[in-house]
Amino acid sequence: MAKVIVVTSGKGGVGKTTTSASFASGLALRGNKTVVIDFDVGLRNLDLIMGCERRVVFDIINVINGDAILSRALIKDKHCDNLYVLPASQTRDKDALSLEGVERIINELKETFDYIVCDSPAGIEHGAFSAMYFADEALVVTNPEVSSVRDSDRILGILAAKSKRAVDGLDPVKEHLLVTRYNPGRVAAGEMLSVEDIQEILRIPLLGVIPESESVLQASNSGTPAIHLDKSDVAEAYKDVVARFMGDGVPMRFITAEKMGLFKRLFGGR
Amino acid sequence: MSLIDNLLDYLRGPEKKTAVVAKERLQIILAHERAGRGAATPDYLPALQEELLEVIAKYIHIDREKIKVQLEKHGEYDVLELNVTLPEHQRIL
Repeated sequence: MAKVIVVTSGKGGVGKTTTSASFASGLALRGNKTVVIDFDVGLRNLDLIMGCERRVVFDIINVINGDAILSRALIKDKHCDNLYVLPASQTRDKDALSLEGVERIINELKETFDYIVCDSPAGIEHGAFSAMYFADEALVVTNPEVSSVRDSDRILGILAAKSKRAVDGLDPVKEHLLVTRYNPGRVAAGEMLSVEDIQEILRIPLLGVIPESESVLQASNSGTPAIHLDKSDVAEAYKDVVARFMGDGVPMRFITAEKMGLFKRLFGGR
Repeated sequence: MSLIDNLLDYLRGPEKKTAVVAKERLQIILAHERAGRGAATPDYLPALQEELLEVIAKYIHIDREKIKVQLEKHGEYDVLELNVTLPEHQRIL
């Protein structure tokens, strides 16, 4: 049975699209047929992060309006065999994203794919709502910072009250906490909320921690999802996240400050 | 910084780490926001606040803004919280 996973956060700039790209890629690398949908109508960016921006012909609104069939709008990822991208519309209004239209697309995708990853826009408006409405599971992307934690809490409230699962009285959406842009050194210095703090406040199970890293910018510069950056902490952390999501018991990494050895200090460790 | 400032700083003890402050602030604000989100606040609350205000105003000269009635959930219990800020330097009549 296909699973619909929303990558959400409330707050912008915390790493939803970075996570959607890497998480979907990680699922595909493990042999799952995966599609990742950009719900940020008017401000699409998943295409850039995935490096397929020049191959966009049709988008999700074209499919909803019947201007194109779904298979024509899906873009095959260049890094993984099992991965497809459904881009958002750059020109339309976000209201064109009707719930009925989105439901039709998701149901059609369920026939072919194992995982449907929905990259939510920031905020709690229509686009974010359509991205989360049909979700079976949610990755709540949170930075160790007060406004991000507060917004995540708000999103958790909405998932629990207004998602389709909540409205239909089914089992609730399964929530996963993903802490991103984590800096263990600053946590040790008492300058940053710790993973334990965030977990205690939000009270949902921790799926993983992605360390703050310069390689995320390098990945987006080149249109390669961060999970493909060999030997980077971020890639390893995302692979762990996918493994845990698939049920492998992988211990948490990158949550304690690393003592910089002379070699690392000289040659960098990124 | 004067000697007295230094002495005061010393007496106050080490400053709280900002991460601790962040956590405390979040716990307080989220408790409030979650309370408002769950069961809607009962509709008698505004009337209750109004009547309480009248009673208190009989005895104390008080600003309308200085009284707050709140209903919060603490686990299994609903807690009705009445918060009256008394005017400074004014004795209760």
